[in-house]
Amino acid sequence: MPQFGTQQEELREIQRRLTILKIALLAIVGLLALRLWDLQVRDGAYYRDLSENNRTRAVILEPARGLIYDRHGVLLANNVPSFGLYVTLEDVKDRKALVEGLVGLIGVDEAALRKKLSERGSKLLPRKLKDGLSLREAALIESHRLDLPGVMIQADSQRNYPSGPILAHVLGYVGQVSAEQLEKSESQELHQGSMVGQYGVEKAYDRFLRGQAGQKVIEVDALGHEKRTVSVEKPAAGDDLYLSIDLRLQRLAEELLGDEAGAIVALDPTNGEVLALASRPSFDPNVLSRELTAKQWDAIVQNDSHPLTNRATQGQYPPGSTFKIVMATAALESHTITPSTKIRCVGGFPFGRRVYKDWKAGGHGFMDVTQALVESCDVFFYTVGQRMGIDMIADFADQFGLGQETGVELPSERTGIVPSTAWKAKAKGQPWLPGETISAAIGQGYVTVTPMQMAHLMATVANDGVSFRPRIVRAVMERASGLVHEVPTVPHGKLAVAPETLALIKEALAGVVTRGTAARARSTLVSIAGKTGTAQTAALRTGPERDIPKRLRDHAWFVSYAPVDAPRIAVAVLVEHMGHGGSAAAPLAKQIIEAFVRYERAEPKLAGRPDAERPEGLELAMQEAR
Amino acid sequence: MIDRVMDSRELDSFDWQFLAVTAAILSLGVLSIYSVTHAQAGAGLPLYVKQVLWILVGCAAFLAMLVVDYHKIARWSYVLYGLILILLLVVLAAGKTSRGAQRWIPMGPFAFQPSEFAKLVLILVLATYYAHAPREGWIQRVVLPGLLMMPGLLLILKQPDLGSGLSFLAIYAALLLVVGMRSKAMGILLLFAVMLFPFAWELLWGALHDYQRERIMTFLDPAYDTGGKGYHALQSRIAIGSGELLGKGLHGGTQSQLKFLPEGHTDFVFAVFAEEWGFLGTLLVLALFLGLLMLSLEIALKAKDVLGALLAAGIVGMLGFCLMVNIGMTAGLLPIVGIPLPLMSYGGSAVVTTMAALGLLLNIKRRRLTLFY
Repeated sequence: MPQFGTQQEELREIQRRLTILKIALLAIVGLLALRLWDLQVRDGAYYRDLSENNRTRAVILEPARGLIYDRHGVLLANNVPSFGLYVTLEDVKDRKALVEGLVGLIGVDEAALRKKLSERGSKLLPRKLKDGLSLREAALIESHRLDLPGVMIQADSQRNYPSGPILAHVLGYVGQVSAEQLEKSESQELHQGSMVGQYGVEKAYDRFLRGQAGQKVIEVDALGHEKRTVSVEKPAAGDDLYLSIDLRLQRLAEELLGDEAGAIVALDPTNGEVLALASRPSFDPNVLSRELTAKQWDAIVQNDSHPLTNRATQGQYPPGSTFKIVMATAALESHTITPSTKIRCVGGFPFGRRVYKDWKAGGHGFMDVTQALVESCDVFFYTVGQRMGIDMIADFADQFGLGQETGVELPSERTGIVPSTAWKAKAKGQPWLPGETISAAIGQGYVTVTPMQMAHLMATVANDGVSFRPRIVRAVMERASGLVHEVPTVPHGKLAVAPETLALIKEALAGVVTRGTAARARSTLVSIAGKTGTAQTAALRTGPERDIPKRLRDHAWFVSYAPVDAPRIAVAVLVEHMGHGGSAAAPLAKQIIEAFVRYERAEPKLAGRPDAERPEGLELAMQEAR
Repeated sequence: MIDRVMDSRELDSFDWQFLAVTAAILSLGVLSIYSVTHAQAGAGLPLYVKQVLWILVGCAAFLAMLVVDYHKIARWSYVLYGLILILLLVVLAAGKTSRGAQRWIPMGPFAFQPSEFAKLVLILVLATYYAHAPREGWIQRVVLPGLLMMPGLLLILKQPDLGSGLSFLAIYAALLLVVGMRSKAMGILLLFAVMLFPFAWELLWGALHDYQRERIMTFLDPAYDTGGKGYHALQSRIAIGSGELLGKGLHGGTQSQLKFLPEGHTDFVFAVFAEEWGFLGTLLVLALFLGLLMLSLEIALKAKDVLGALLAAGIVGMLGFCLMVNIGMTAGLLPIVGIPLPLMSYGGSAVVTTMAALGLLLNIKRRRLTLFY
């Protein structure tokens, strides 16, 4: 074999060179091992985190909001099932397609959708795009889920107010937490999409009603589809509230006001409980608690009749002649007059260059303080007012709680104004004018009050000067334990007024109904004490009432309590632009009081513990919560 | 009688170690394919069962390549090359298109990928060429074998199958390395390569498909498009890295089970394995492959003739290149090109080709004894 030698030579050369291949292979495997050490050991924890985030999504489980009952266990606010549309941005690969898809499927507002998508917030947490989806819409989206990665339909609940607009101003409404609220809330367990109380009791007691959100960690695949549940932390339902409101009385109060603007407040003078608190016009909290379009919201906010203003606690009106209760007390207590002091009314009170008129053209003749209250004589109070001076009047008005919040649990309560020389210097930068005292003496001029303050004032008088802070919530029931925490009665103070003085005032107030200006409040069922008021809204008026445009007409007041000898209810009625209190407001108060007395006689036990009449639905809800 | 003696000698020399390593790698591959696809409800046989069937086919190919003298096989190499070129043309004309590339010839429930077999055929062709070619002259040593490779390479790149194309080049380079190209010649070739690089790059870049360019771009800049092409690279790194030291256990790989990692049973099977078995597992796989390569090199070193040594070197080069590129790309060291991990990735053509190559290796080992008869 001639080539054998060279073949063998070449073979040896090849085999020598194979060492290079060997070294190369060892180097490659070594390099790969180093790289794998890098990935798996050195940075392993980092990649482990990445893979966890890859596959898990935390879904907030909304807690069931606490229920709200009236004093007899009638349901005022509950939750109804609803479907919410959620999206996890992390899983959305193509936002444009998502928006187009959703708009095509359920006709959501495109601009609003875009805004929600671009809001700040976690990409890993689902955000709510829309709530209150119909079953059909939810099913439609569910059936297109594969085309809409990251989109989820979650059954959640929607706040529901079975009585609709009745009691809306007390209950308030709920809404999605705003960006500002989220920032302010610090560690209050609020998160994007949380429903929080935005008004009324819902807002004031939000931290009780809200409950605690739970969390479900789900495993998702690369398309964001749920694979399995990793862990569940159950939400804790919010606490239930029992209000002191009697829904029947409330309904009656709102019906009595009807289409008129105004407010009615009924209190239990023995403990400050609010039995009814009506403000008209009202709104439907069911509508406000759902997602509103900008147009719907504007229609409510920009409505001329201000349905969102709670006239009972935020409406500030001149008290008119109802202020004479304060005046009479002040005059007697300051010894400006005695019970037998008589002042002659000739129908006008000359002061400076003006004559301040009495409402009764010919005058009332000689009047003592009792008669002056019963017949609402203006000249009598002009006179004593002028003798006392504004600062003494203001002292007593302060004692009665005017010019300050009553402390009822509703948000944004207004204080009204008790004018004084100091107040005017501060508020207007001007000295007090003596003529202004004359106006103030009959509850005009700068004096303003809220209906809530006047009801509180009457409750204080009815309860012989001992007052309690008005309150709407009687008890909070913990969902988890079933424990009922009664909200304590908070003493508000005691008038520094002699019992004889209060006795005289009370006798006079009873007289107002039996023989004075409030004849239309006279009841065959129960004895009622009260005071009428007509609050002027325009300074210059000519001609008979009916010729004046309605928006300039006087407000009608009637403040009252009953029964006269052992008061159980105090009622303040204000009807805007309805003229005289005796004719427009007194009959309303009478009907409220009569209804209250009838209810109380029919079911005396119901005044007992708030949970005495726990409804069946509550038991079920509690079982669910556990 | 003589036959019997030879048989017993053969049995003694039969490389059980080699077989055990091969079987171990195949098993880990089937296990990983099972793990990543077991939950998938699909029509027909589960993928891991199909893979086992392919391995059985591979065993037949292994035995066939073991039994017939490799010199006889080499004699048929040009014919085989011709057949493969025809098949590659058939692929281009009538092949099955999948993910933008036309690589498969459908065969009932299976599909057959000629470009895989082409690699082994190329090894045969080049080794046969060198065994008979004059030992001098760079045209004979470098240019002619290069031209020999060209038709196959071009047809494969046309599919396009960048991975197989690169394998072709790797086989060519490995053989050039061992056939004793002089260091001067090697230097000149390198110089040419460097000088021609910008020009070649331009040509190559222009010839690449958009997705190939994107892959290279995402390799050079991983933040290029994480949602798109960089997705594979990132998810693969996450899968491997999150396995940490001990792994997440069988079926525990969330990256692959939840389909964050695409193609977990084929090109990215190593990432699946790495996620479930951790660093200790990946070391095991590397050790097995290193063992296989070293045993193969041993065969090359002890081959009785040039043909055997070159065939073995070509196979080692091919396996080593696939190992490096596949693990390199899953671990984020190299751009993503479609190269399966030998013996582990799902895919009949690749498994059968690799097992045939291993059969050929043992054939070479066995024949070295015949020298003395």
